[in-house]
Amino acid sequence: MPDTDLDAFRAELRDWLEQNCPEEMRDGARDEHSICWGGKNWKFASDAQRIWLERCVTRGYTVPTWPVEYGGAGMNRDQERIFHEEMARIGARYPLQSFGIWMLGPALLKFGTEAQKQYFLPPIARGEIRWCQGYSEPGAGSDLAGVQTRCEDMGEHWLVNGQKIWTSYADKADWIFALLRTDREAPKHKGISFVLIDMTAPGVSTKPIRLISGASPFCETFFDNVKVPKEHAPGVSSVVGEVNRGWDVAKYLLTHEREMISAGGAVMGGGRPLMEVLANAETGRTDPILQADAMRAEVDGLAFTLTLERYKDQAEAGSGVGDASAMLKYYGTELNKRRLELVMAAAGSEALDWNDERAPTWLRTKANSIEGGTSEVMLSIISKRILGLPG
Amino acid sequence: MEKLLKTEEEIMLADMARGFLDEAAPVARLRRMRDEGRTHDPELWKQMAEMGWAGVLVPEEAGGSDMGHTAAGVIAEEMGKTLTASPFIGTAVIAATALRRVADDRAKAALARIASGEAIYALAIDEGAKFDPDGVRMEARREGNGFRLSGTKKFVVDGGNADRLLVLARTGEGLTLFDLPADRDGITRAPRPMIDSRDAADVHLENVEATGEDVLGAVEDAMAVLRPALRAGQAALAAEMAGLAAGAFGMTVDYLKERKQFGVPIGAFQALQHRAAHLWCETEVTASAILHAGRMLDHDPDNAALAVSLAKARATSTAILAVQEGVQMHGGIGMTDEYDMGFYMKRARVAAEWLGDYGHHAKIVAQKRGFEG
Repeated sequence: MPDTDLDAFRAELRDWLEQNCPEEMRDGARDEHSICWGGKNWKFASDAQRIWLERCVTRGYTVPTWPVEYGGAGMNRDQERIFHEEMARIGARYPLQSFGIWMLGPALLKFGTEAQKQYFLPPIARGEIRWCQGYSEPGAGSDLAGVQTRCEDMGEHWLVNGQKIWTSYADKADWIFALLRTDREAPKHKGISFVLIDMTAPGVSTKPIRLISGASPFCETFFDNVKVPKEHAPGVSSVVGEVNRGWDVAKYLLTHEREMISAGGAVMGGGRPLMEVLANAETGRTDPILQADAMRAEVDGLAFTLTLERYKDQAEAGSGVGDASAMLKYYGTELNKRRLELVMAAAGSEALDWNDERAPTWLRTKANSIEGGTSEVMLSIISKRILGLPG
Repeated sequence: MEKLLKTEEEIMLADMARGFLDEAAPVARLRRMRDEGRTHDPELWKQMAEMGWAGVLVPEEAGGSDMGHTAAGVIAEEMGKTLTASPFIGTAVIAATALRRVADDRAKAALARIASGEAIYALAIDEGAKFDPDGVRMEARREGNGFRLSGTKKFVVDGGNADRLLVLARTGEGLTLFDLPADRDGITRAPRPMIDSRDAADVHLENVEATGEDVLGAVEDAMAVLRPALRAGQAALAAEMAGLAAGAFGMTVDYLKERKQFGVPIGAFQALQHRAAHLWCETEVTASAILHAGRMLDHDPDNAALAVSLAKARATSTAILAVQEGVQMHGGIGMTDEYDMGFYMKRARVAAEWLGDYGHHAKIVAQKRGFEG
């Protein structure tokens, strides 16, 4: 796209944002409390949050890169980059975030039928339906393909029995996309399906898990003789992709998720450069050991940010990221843990009570190198698929 | 921001360079040079000049190929993989960048001699054990219309074989860069037997006469010419080190697949797999910093300081890790002179120190990111 067109795009966007983004939504907040998740049970934190969502929905700005017919703005990568730059320029909060936007949407866009896209995508874009992800089970963590929750073909409907764990915000979600075992005889990767389930269906229940950070973003989710219709509406199958080929969808989403979690490394820690954190902290200004550690982390962090940029350029040029997403996930999350350890050390005793946002943020980073595949699983993926080591 | 992808031309250049170096200058050539007691390979440098490498940063009107800093990095990276010894960084990158900033007729003639492979330059800055250009103390005392230089420069890379020396000295309040013939009266060179088998010398200057003609750039304004030249050299050296890390890593992964113990290839052991995978991640992250530094030098050189120091710091930590893991994972054979891994380790240590070590560059990164210390 010619630069002049992009300049016009930016000018028009900037103008719209200036006129439409409410003042309260311009504080640049990126923490979990400021997020608008949407969904049937969503209580807006303020009128401004509601108005901001409604206005963005009319322009497709909740999902800027999705096609217009599914509620997006159809932006290409250059436009998307400008969109993020202009949002950041005025400190605009994102109007809506959700697992529907991050995970299910991309899966449906790649694997869904036209009917599934038309039925499920627009309500995600409008923030009307909140989704959660049902992957892990008590017996299937790192070995995700070992899922055992049963999904039996009863002719008219599917019958689901079993338990999921680590389902993010399942207690607040309207629907769940889940990996279920549809064939118990087939090899473990070949008997899994990617199934969409209404959380209000009889037999679905959830129980929050309290974490070391004090928060409970994850739940256990139970399925007790849950009947899932074969079609949620005429022609709209409840299975994404082919039956028993759900692992393909899951693998695609795991790659996507890894890139997303790794990208968090650049913005966490209050979103401020580590060096600034250090310059403002009493201990940071005086402790040479802390300074040295922080400088190393800053060097690695900057190089990693460039690596995310390089891989985006690579993906855009069509050569994809593929298995290297395991590197982004591993490196980004380990780096983030290092950063937050330094943030805590620089803050000293000031960051040790629950009223300080740094403590829960620090604890939250510990999950990053576990969720979406542990660091050790990532290293095994790299050694086998990229380096070609045996075993 | 410029795209962080190698262009088709850059990929072709890398392929061509690799093809040439694998054939003409594998590690065996460095080994032979060492065994024969030489630190310079004029025949190889002549071939590189013919391919346009010596003139990679020389304008076309002076006979150069003028391919730019990213391309210089691509060549240096390939040289790093095969540990090719040449005056490429000191002459084709550092001296050429400095002379280009001057751009008078004499500088143009000098650039032409670089491009043709006739001239070899060595940069004489260090006086202590560490790189510290701003702390140079050697005095160039004013005398009449000229200067007299006395003192010792250490770790002058290519200093034993160079025909020109770029000497940084203090004149009154500031620093001045002198471009002197290496055989001028009063200059003596003491080559040092370096661990990486390459040319480095201590250079003694005793009341060496210099005129205004010998000054590169303006008197007491050395950094206007030297700073960009140093950045170019640091970025190219970082690229060489990234190549070195890749070379050592490639050997190591091959060995993990071949070597059997306990009845299986040792690469089947998770303890080694995860270390190899971690090392691969480090090389990937460093590759981004290298490419970014080249792009910045080509497109926004006045703001390239952060990018260049980031590249040199990352390349240093990655290369050091790669050679340590390389030797360890090879086991006993990695410690033998017969095996090439040791050459990688020794070159990594020298390159880590040249033009600023990890701490030097990490501190620049920290300063540019808002930490004054």
